[in-house]
Amino acid sequence: MTGVSMSGVRVDLGARSVVSDVDLTVAAGEVLGLVGPNGSGKTTLLRTLYRSVRPVAGAVDVAGLPVSSTSRHRLARTLAATTQESENRVALTVREVVEQGRVPHLGLLDPMRAEDRRIVADALAATGMQQWQDRDVRTLSGGESQRVAIARALAQCPEVLVLDEPTNHLDLRHQFGVLELLRTLAAEGMAVLLTLHDLRHAAEHCDRLVVLDAGRVVAVGSPVEVLDERLLAEVFGVRGRLRVPDAASQEVVGEEPHDASARPVLDLHGTV
Amino acid sequence: MATVPRNSNGVARIVLVQAALLAALVVAGVLAVSMGSVRIPPSQVWRIVAEPVVPWLEADWSGVWEVIVWESRLPRVVTAMVVGAALALSGGVAQLVTANPMADPYLLGVSSGAGLAVTLLTVLGFGAGALGPVTLPAAAFLGGLGALLAVLVFAGRSGSVLTLILGGLAVGQVAGALTSLVIHTSATGEQTRQVVFWMAGGLGGSRWGLLAVPGAVLVLALVVALAAGRWMNVLHAGDDGAAALGLNARRFRALALVGISLLAGTSVAVAGGIAFVGLLIPHAASFLVGSEARRMLSVSALLGAVFLVLADLAARLVVAPSELPVGVLTAIVGGPVFLLMLRRRRRLL
Repeated sequence: MTGVSMSGVRVDLGARSVVSDVDLTVAAGEVLGLVGPNGSGKTTLLRTLYRSVRPVAGAVDVAGLPVSSTSRHRLARTLAATTQESENRVALTVREVVEQGRVPHLGLLDPMRAEDRRIVADALAATGMQQWQDRDVRTLSGGESQRVAIARALAQCPEVLVLDEPTNHLDLRHQFGVLELLRTLAAEGMAVLLTLHDLRHAAEHCDRLVVLDAGRVVAVGSPVEVLDERLLAEVFGVRGRLRVPDAASQEVVGEEPHDASARPVLDLHGTV
Repeated sequence: MATVPRNSNGVARIVLVQAALLAALVVAGVLAVSMGSVRIPPSQVWRIVAEPVVPWLEADWSGVWEVIVWESRLPRVVTAMVVGAALALSGGVAQLVTANPMADPYLLGVSSGAGLAVTLLTVLGFGAGALGPVTLPAAAFLGGLGALLAVLVFAGRSGSVLTLILGGLAVGQVAGALTSLVIHTSATGEQTRQVVFWMAGGLGGSRWGLLAVPGAVLVLALVVALAAGRWMNVLHAGDDGAAALGLNARRFRALALVGISLLAGTSVAVAGGIAFVGLLIPHAASFLVGSEARRMLSVSALLGAVFLVLADLAARLVVAPSELPVGVLTAIVGGPVFLLMLRRRRRLL
């Protein structure tokens, strides 16, 4: 089952080509990290998934639905996304924001059913926000806001979850909390696509990485395959090495790729 | 606005607030019909209003009272309710869809644009006569929509609070100046008097016949706004966030702005420019029940209706036996409140 499939995608903003000739797939059950320097086209590529930007060439499919000919409303029942836009400037409660995730599933005049409430409660619980459900969202910290956004996305019950820099603004504990939550969701069969700036997180928590540079895919594969010294230097301008903790754990990789002891570790030593 | 702690009894709270406002609306309505140069006891007001539908009521009151109630005060009070609700609703929708706490049909130039259109129509001689109750609101709608589009073009798509307010100010000034130009160059004395009185925002000219279009527009807008409330909530997620929740934010916003022009324009056509109701009432509503669109808008509409009935009553009484246009009163009260809000929200500019 394929969560996301892109082929030959090109996006122009004005006269400038921001993304060119991108092929990318995310399988159900997989966490795919999209990495690349600032301005490499990561966010733009994600925006093609929920029709915020229309590619000038190529095809984008979400769970088998061609994005270009599927309504946003229908897409939102299959794919959920968190963005980097600032929000939470009005007097809504945490639960009211998470309830927005049910909108794609409800007709205009349908009331929230018991089922919808249960899904909202589960989403709040999964993100650890249930004890804050009646809080005014304007009083939340950046990290809490991020978790509310993820809870709303979960309330959409998507097959594909897309997250743009979900660890931004989070303290270390919550960065790990979010990344571990994404691993759990993938283990349950969700296709997860996220952008990350922190390559160490990318190395540790993603099954595969796609590296974008100047709008083009320059590498695809497991973190071990992708993050070699040459690519780190050429694309990211940093010196570093990826190591796999020890030989014994390498053997387990095939079976339990997310065993913490088997996670590759990226050591960074500064700029080139 | 201050944070209101709300808990799981939120549903009980909204019902309570709405019930209280409905009661307040009835009380304010009866009071406003009862008071004036000829005082009619509230108990009689009830009976006079109920008489056509309650067959066993004996008409033991003076015929003058009946005329005052049915021909003068009741249409005026109902007009105040409709206009107050329409302005507050359009202001609330404007604030929600532009994600801008300072949006309001008056500040966005809608009222001035509508005013220019109505003035033109009056001077050209199409405002009066049998078609007036339809042509005036239609012209006001188009004038308001034109002004709003001008402001949005000026303010750009991002529409920061500052550019929006300045844009509205500029467009409002131009529309106001053009209105003066039209009056000075073309209007007869009688037309000038009509337009000046109307522009100040008065309900003195209220008649049942003028109420049909704004009333129908209000009912329609309330139904649509409540149905689309969920989508308005989704807009808070930003344009991309809304897209990921299934909404085309730009198209939705454009449609909502047409709706705002329709609501505010038809109100302006009957009542002239009444400032600050559309700006301040939604803030009061969100203070009471939070910003969830359906709660906030339903409470805004009720609160706007109550407020304008009382404001118009005050406008009739403060300088009795003469009367102030209610727009003068809302501006005198609303202006300082708006300035206080600006002070508190300086960081948003």
